[in-house]
Amino acid sequence: MYEIRLHSRGGQGGVTAAKLMALAAFRDGKFATAAPFYGAERRGAPIVSFIRIDEKPIKIYSQIHNPDLIVVLDPSIIDLVNVFEGLKPDGDVLINAPDIPEKAAGYRVRHVDLTGIALKLNLIVAGNPILNTPVIGALAKMGLFSRESASAAIKEMFSDERNLNAALMAYEELI
Amino acid sequence: MLTISTGNNAVAAAVKQASPAVVAAYPITPQTEIVEQIANFVTNGSLKAKYIPVESEHSAMAACIGASITGVRTFTATSSHGLLYMHEMVNWAAGARLPVVMANVNRAVGPGWNVWAEHTDALQTRDTGWLQVYVATVQEAYDATLMAFRIAEDRRVYLPVMVNLDGFSLSHISQQLEENPAGDFIPPLVLDHAITPEKPAGYGCMTSSTDYFRIRYDIERSMRDSVAVIRETEEVFASKFGRRYSWTDDYRCEDAEILIIAMGTLGKEAEVAVDILRSEGIKAGSMRVRWIRPFPDLDLGDRELVVIDRNYSFGFGGILASSIKAKTGRECFNVIAGLGGQEVTYHDIAGFVRNRRVGQESWFGVDA
Repeated sequence: MYEIRLHSRGGQGGVTAAKLMALAAFRDGKFATAAPFYGAERRGAPIVSFIRIDEKPIKIYSQIHNPDLIVVLDPSIIDLVNVFEGLKPDGDVLINAPDIPEKAAGYRVRHVDLTGIALKLNLIVAGNPILNTPVIGALAKMGLFSRESASAAIKEMFSDERNLNAALMAYEELI
Repeated sequence: MLTISTGNNAVAAAVKQASPAVVAAYPITPQTEIVEQIANFVTNGSLKAKYIPVESEHSAMAACIGASITGVRTFTATSSHGLLYMHEMVNWAAGARLPVVMANVNRAVGPGWNVWAEHTDALQTRDTGWLQVYVATVQEAYDATLMAFRIAEDRRVYLPVMVNLDGFSLSHISQQLEENPAGDFIPPLVLDHAITPEKPAGYGCMTSSTDYFRIRYDIERSMRDSVAVIRETEEVFASKFGRRYSWTDDYRCEDAEILIIAMGTLGKEAEVAVDILRSEGIKAGSMRVRWIRPFPDLDLGDRELVVIDRNYSFGFGGILASSIKAKTGRECFNVIAGLGGQEVTYHDIAGFVRNRRVGQESWFGVDA
């Protein structure tokens, strides 16, 4: 089983990103669950979602304490919470940032400027750049699921072509 | 169609298949996305139902009762405080023998204010005459909702059915879902005691003790008859859609020496604990109880029992454990866990079994 913890802020689309990840893995023929953790938080507050991917049905509903992968949609969260807590020793990190943040030094970090991609494509809703579709492209590049399944998942949930384009850009630009 | 869905949307999708004539719901907290999604279906025309947004849960059930008594299919959904606010009408629906189907997203009851999973909300209505099923996967939420209509509307039952799914840990998570067209699985509703212009009648009039007592006895007879109807429905469902359900969801029970018994998602996660315990040489099995009313005949043998209750009856005990003891005379180790959405992992569940003290009760993480 592959376990992912996703950090974002309320309103940034983290819940939808988690669902897209589960759907893309499912389209790869895997089993997947996406479980947003709902607290008392509201828009703007740091939130987490949990995603599990496996070859067999997933029976676990509790939170993920030792993730294989940590995805950070908003790098400013790194200063607020220890996003790396519990990461497996050989675990990976994906951060939405043009450069690797200082605090991420020492981890196996990949990064891509998802916010920049969203702004470039004018993929903005209610003043917020959309991050949940581009991140799927970056994750496909990391091998979490195939590029085709990522595209299929995005097309199933979004009709605006910019979402898929943003994902393809993130796929190419992942460092 | 195979897709990914939340528990909430799975229930709504099943309701669309069942095609009720009337859906009444109070749309504000603690309501769920179930009725929001159904409202979408009605708006986009994919569900031809009368959608009545009412001013309270009490009115939601009252509207379902009023519609149901004319012989049409009805549905509503609620959660925690909403369910308790409609409690009077919950009794009414069963007493008037109306096959209303309701989804309840199990959430803790305040104060303190807490929105997370717990079963005490629905279990407070267990003596009302409703059939109650508790599910543990998104697929099961869909399947149980489809079956609920067929069971409730069966002439041998004519009682309302409540489908329970854990708040957040099932209602808001996404899992795979196969949506099947219901086809003729749910036959058209024929309610023998429906009020029609041709057959006017009154319900809820002053009733003598003798008649009232008979009516109550009749509810219990139907509740007992529902056992066969549930079994039959689950058989037909399995032959039609290929997914099999029973009173309990058993995992590695055949040669088990210790049984973990729970309801809802904890009962599913217990299966992972069973695998861990087995690898340590502890012969555990998991028995997830699905129906609490009618209460199942459990085949427990002489195995040791570890019963997890995500609920509590103050001054008495965990409701599942005490029901099992009352029905079978068997003592168990009763763990109270997961109240108010308390985090309980499969490691914790394995720990309950390793540290079991049969005949005692333990509040996980509190009474150490």
